[in-house]
Amino acid sequence: MEYFLELFLGGLTRGSIYALIALGYTMVYGIIELINFAHGEIYMIGAFTALIVAGVLTLMGWNEVAILLIASIVAVVYSSAYGFTIEKIAYKPIRRAPRLSALISAIGMSMFLQNYVLLAQTSDFLPFPSLIPQFGFLEPFQHIVRSSELLIYSVTAAVMVALTILIKFTPIGKAMRATSQDKTMAALVGVDVDRVISVTFIVGSATAAIGGVLIASHIGQINFYIGFIAGIKAFVAAVLGGIGSVPGAVLGALVLGWTESFFTGYVSSDYEDVFAFIFLVLILIFRPAGILGRSEAEKV
Amino acid sequence: MQVAEEIKKSALVSIWFMFLTFPIMVVRVNTIYRTVEWRWLNMLFVGVGSFFLSMLWRFMIRRKEMGQKKAEKEEGEHLTRVQRLLRDRRVALPGVVAVAVFAMAYPFLFSMYQTNIMITALIYVMCGLGLNIVIGLAGLLDLGYVAFYAVGAYSYALLNHHFGMSFWIALPVGGALGFLFGVLLGFPVLRLRGDYLAIVTLGFGEIIRLVLENWNAFSFGPSGIANIPRPSFFGMDLDLQQVTIWIYFLMIALVVFTIFVVGRLKNSRIGRAWIALREDEIACQAMGIDKTRTKLSAFALGATWAGMAGVMFAAKTTFINPASFTIWESVIILCVVVLGGMGSIAGVIMGAMVLILLPEYLRAFSEYRMLLFGAILVLMMVFRPGGIITNVRQTYRFERKAAADDSTS
Repeated sequence: MEYFLELFLGGLTRGSIYALIALGYTMVYGIIELINFAHGEIYMIGAFTALIVAGVLTLMGWNEVAILLIASIVAVVYSSAYGFTIEKIAYKPIRRAPRLSALISAIGMSMFLQNYVLLAQTSDFLPFPSLIPQFGFLEPFQHIVRSSELLIYSVTAAVMVALTILIKFTPIGKAMRATSQDKTMAALVGVDVDRVISVTFIVGSATAAIGGVLIASHIGQINFYIGFIAGIKAFVAAVLGGIGSVPGAVLGALVLGWTESFFTGYVSSDYEDVFAFIFLVLILIFRPAGILGRSEAEKV
Repeated sequence: MQVAEEIKKSALVSIWFMFLTFPIMVVRVNTIYRTVEWRWLNMLFVGVGSFFLSMLWRFMIRRKEMGQKKAEKEEGEHLTRVQRLLRDRRVALPGVVAVAVFAMAYPFLFSMYQTNIMITALIYVMCGLGLNIVIGLAGLLDLGYVAFYAVGAYSYALLNHHFGMSFWIALPVGGALGFLFGVLLGFPVLRLRGDYLAIVTLGFGEIIRLVLENWNAFSFGPSGIANIPRPSFFGMDLDLQQVTIWIYFLMIALVVFTIFVVGRLKNSRIGRAWIALREDEIACQAMGIDKTRTKLSAFALGATWAGMAGVMFAAKTTFINPASFTIWESVIILCVVVLGGMGSIAGVIMGAMVLILLPEYLRAFSEYRMLLFGAILVLMMVFRPGGIITNVRQTYRFERKAAADDSTS
């Protein structure tokens, strides 16, 4: 039973991180119908920025909690800036081109960013300082749930609530929903579509950066390649939940996190990544609209 | 006034990029030795570089927009200089002869090292032409193409290891297995829309690599398979140099065969169905084209070439392991097709030559290879989606008789 609980909570941790990345995918897809391959790289850049800031501040002898806060804020700012810039360079000029072009451009961007970090930093795994403080009240449950995990759950939940409020109740959220339904129509009634797309990229990148910081301090090491596989899995999660739907992304991420955790715990850990891909293929074949997605007929 | 405006814009971009690249380009923390390295020089490079690049960028965007407007005004087809040259028989024929002579003389003119590089480039030409069927003609983004390449390479290596199968039997068998895998993988996924297809094929590519890496009993795991025999030459013993030349000519023959087949396919009934499907799926179905079967044939035919190229790759290097078949290999082949020109045969050959030969000769920049490939993909899509040698659409021209007479006389 304890092993089960361990796997369950481990799956919840994985799922929460996938959810934070999947949100960016699903929001971008909802608005411009593009799989932003570079999204995983934004998550990686967030983690790297946090590592660099934390490294410098640690050497200056700052307090741990302050370092965690500042590093997270800087990571969020930088990731958002990267997301914004990527959209302007790689996607905006080809918004009206065929879909294939945008996809190829996205893959190119992803490859560029990976190698940019590889060349400017290093290809080695870098140790990430453990910044998350140990909560005293968790002492008796230490072997089941770590305090970093508890932090991950709560931050993910908070981000979720904040995003839901942003999309449901604010003017920009309304504009986002309008744009995702019909870009031309939204522009006609006075929505600044370019601005909405930029904001979507910024918000999506910010959540990815939060995920990056959390997972890096939980696992304790990062390298330039972490974005790729995490990005793919988050995409699987987004598709599983129904791409374009925000609650769907979270649900899909949790389902993927749990199934992966139980699969590796009870069956085999060698094929962990294979499993995620097979899962994706099965969903796409049997329920392409995802759990919460609506299936739409293609209009001519 | 305009100059001042431009400079102001570029300066802003430059400041933005200096801010953007600051933590990653300038600071390097060593958490083990607890030191921080500040590389301010990099910031200067980024600042100056982005200042000029942003000017170039805006200039190119403006040129592209002008070009689009001009294209809308002008009617009929308009060809670029390269295309016109390729169309002109007086240039094209001697050109082809010259290339053929050069290709024949190449291994005797240059060293074995150069010949080896050329063989690699030719393997990429073959893969590129195969992928061109899938992406360029049928418009399906296949990111797991390297999986079929791996299938070919491993089928030769394993069949040879266990049953002593020779290269000559393995070559068609590798192609056939590629085809089989193409059908097997294509069947479930080809109903998906374009972007899902990309990610599922990417997943399949990774699945095959991970299986090869983990299933030690079957594929010998990450350590790979060594001592794969090179192709034999009518049972004679050849030394290393002769065998290299032999592989080179084999590759040339295979590439010519590929060009012939792809060229014929392109103008066949099925080739036109692919192009039509790429342009508009719904209209195509309304015209009575079986969508799934047409897509599947493109997918499987593309895979066949990858399988054969894989056999060649195994025979050339004599050692394979899963590390040669990562997703980035697929992306490089994709880059070859995109740079050269999707759908255009001459373009793909050109793309492979540029992308594979240039990094070999510019060794000093080899670290930046993948960075550049990424940039090329983005820049080509933004500025020249048709590639270096844009594919010319097959069109019927209604010319008045007099005009036709004029041009022939």
